[in-house]
Amino acid sequence: MSETKNILLVGVGGQGTILASKILSAGLLEAGYDVKMSEIHGMSQRGGNVSTQIRFGEKVYSPIIGKGEADIIVAFETMEALRWISCLKVGGKMVINDHEIPSVPIQMGVAEYPEGVLEELASKADVSIFKASQIAEELGNPKTMNIVLLGALVKALNMPHIDWEKAIRDNVKKDFEDINIQAFYAGAAQV
Amino acid sequence: MNNKHLLTGNEAVARGAYEAGLMFASAYPGTPSTEILETLAEYKDSLYCEWAPNEKVALEAAIGASIAGGRALAAMKHVGVNVAADPLFTAAYTGVNGGLVLAAADDPGQHSSQNEQDNRNYAIAARLLMLEPSDSQEAKDFTKLGFELSERFDMPVMLRLTTRVCHSKSVVEFEERQEVGAKPYEKDIRKYVMVPANAKVKRAHLEDVLRAMAEYSNTCEINREEINGTEIGVISAGVAYQYAKDVFGPEASYLKLGMTYPMPLEKIKAFASKVKKLYVIEEMDPYMERQIKEAGIDCIGKDVIPAYDELNTDIIRKAVFGEEAPTLSSDKTAVVRPPAMCAGCPHRGFFYALSKKKNIMVTGDIGCYTLGAAAPLAALDTTVCMGASISMGHGAAKVFRASNSDKKVVAVIGDSTFFHSGITSLIDVTYNKGVSVSVILDNRITGMTGHQQNPGTGLTLMGEPAVEVDIPMLCQAIGMKKENIYTVNPLKLAEVDAALDEALAKDEPCVIITKWPCVLKKFTQEDKSSFDLSPKKCVIDQEKCRKCKMCVKTGCPAIYSGDTITINRESCTGCGVCAQVCPFDAIKEVK
Ligand SMILES: Cc1ncc(C[n+]2csc(CCOP(=O)(O)OP(=O)(O)O)c2C)c(N)n1
Repeated sequence: MSETKNILLVGVGGQGTILASKILSAGLLEAGYDVKMSEIHGMSQRGGNVSTQIRFGEKVYSPIIGKGEADIIVAFETMEALRWISCLKVGGKMVINDHEIPSVPIQMGVAEYPEGVLEELASKADVSIFKASQIAEELGNPKTMNIVLLGALVKALNMPHIDWEKAIRDNVKKDFEDINIQAFYAGAAQV
Repeated sequence: MNNKHLLTGNEAVARGAYEAGLMFASAYPGTPSTEILETLAEYKDSLYCEWAPNEKVALEAAIGASIAGGRALAAMKHVGVNVAADPLFTAAYTGVNGGLVLAAADDPGQHSSQNEQDNRNYAIAARLLMLEPSDSQEAKDFTKLGFELSERFDMPVMLRLTTRVCHSKSVVEFEERQEVGAKPYEKDIRKYVMVPANAKVKRAHLEDVLRAMAEYSNTCEINREEINGTEIGVISAGVAYQYAKDVFGPEASYLKLGMTYPMPLEKIKAFASKVKKLYVIEEMDPYMERQIKEAGIDCIGKDVIPAYDELNTDIIRKAVFGEEAPTLSSDKTAVVRPPAMCAGCPHRGFFYALSKKKNIMVTGDIGCYTLGAAAPLAALDTTVCMGASISMGHGAAKVFRASNSDKKVVAVIGDSTFFHSGITSLIDVTYNKGVSVSVILDNRITGMTGHQQNPGTGLTLMGEPAVEVDIPMLCQAIGMKKENIYTVNPLKLAEVDAALDEALAKDEPCVIITKWPCVLKKFTQEDKSSFDLSPKKCVIDQEKCRKCKMCVKTGCPAIYSGDTITINRESCTGCGVCAQVCPFDAIKEVK
């Protein structure tokens, strides 16, 4: 594959986008791709939005993805999918966690969470929408929501030749390996 | 394969310094440079590293370490170089003994900075050899090369980074550490004592060094041509080179510069003669373009490329070729997610109480507490640079006084910022008979940049216990009267309120220290024994709640104002500020 692929993971601080990107990058690197990963987390710990960008291919130059360039966008939160839609390639895919986190203006009652976001996105792009947070909770660990989404992303990427289980094991604590691998497959089953 | 690692530029700079046999590193945190020292601390068995109170101190310590013979590094964000500029300019005169590298990280686009300045201008102004990596492998390689060049030309080297180089990960190959040890130190008054007589000699000598460096720049491998087609030639450096490669593609020819001061003007002339149209692609100032044009070489630069904000492939493609990628859009808009003080942040209680005071001007500073300027508290009047709150407050109070205004001034500053450059400002207030109230928001850590130790926390970067600065004693030692120093718990609104009223009523300078650890801090044993940090939650009794939204006006992100007002149990830390503002006693603390 000579063409560079672009993947964008977007969410809210604390949702685990960075670990998911780390595992993804590790798998891609192991498979011999040139990989660049870029994080902008401004003040993520303080409720801001976060985005991680991953570009891979034979040789990657720019570390960041331009408008209309993302092959896949994974949104860890519903409104974040809307925020980043202009980065999606026309014909690209979106994996969306059906999960709303209000931002401070919404909480304070000075703005409203936009309605009908999922329907709107579904009418514009090829989307996979599911409740990753709920799936993770049912598996017994809500924190694995990020790995559920990673599973869905990897399925959408269609790269079964990569040893993703190893990439997960190499990047999570021993006690959490099995639950994360379960989460990974639960996510893959959604796409 | 195993030797290949995916590293950020910052991690790669640290790795490069480690491999180069670094002995000493000092820095003050600042986005996007902070992780350089945090990563170096992982190599603490092989080298020494520390957080200095500010950037000037960090650079001076590194200069001393270099003169004593060790390879030394100082790291800082772009505005930190303003603070360290005084020693920097003269260090170019003294030169070095062990190699000296200054890693300075610009923030084009101001992702997390109070201004956007192009520090390449410092290289020209101070005549420093400058290297500009464009990815993590180069960040590591150029750091190592920096130490060699510093020793070869007897000159500090500036390693100029930008946010995207610092924070993007790319593949890096590791090598072994070279144990270079310390060079012998010899006393040399003419080299190291910059009195005018010696400095004048050094100034003249600097011209010879510049010539030698320029010659190197024209011949070195890191300033390299990639000759493809002859239609378009692109000169670029840093991350802009990566963008250019994507936009101009394999048909264009490139001159990729790794060393950008002195500029390789001969090489540029030769490259220009090989192409029909020459573009200079650079972020922020026309730094290269100006020098290229001055050398009589025609090129296209800022006439099409924006001269501020960060670049990306979209901007360059549109500017040069007028092309835009097709995109999707929506009529719906995502509501902004502005950063806010965390639930349980000790700054909230203080700012809530402060926001109720009338007829005051609040001079602010830089840190998490700058969020006190955000709605709904909107409790700040100014923010300029680190340390400015107390000194600006002093000046403002003098003018209000002289113009017979009864407006009072409150200056607010964080603990790390106070140690950085607030102490000298407070001396200005006490010694020159100021009348402002200075508030030191001591949350026991450097919060904003991600929890670095500082001289008030009792721990060093390398994890060793240290003697804490005693802030009340320090204030007394510089002339603040003991009875004018208040220490309060910022989460107790009545306590803060009383201290503010008392201090504002006095005609003498006062200090209020609000002392409570940051909620995100990893608490030390000492924190646990000094503060009640047991887990608590607040809940709203819906029977009693009259939806007056007083609690919402504290700006706490755990409080949700919908049809009913509720508190999110997961994010609430039970700080109790909302319970204190509730007029109907509807908020209760539960375990
Ligand atoms: C000269 C300079 N150096 C570094 C920074 C980066 N910086 C911004 S805020 C901050 C630390 C603030 O810590 P503190 O004063 O303890 O306040 P807190 O964030 O904990 O409330 C730093 C290092 C800067 N803006 N300017």
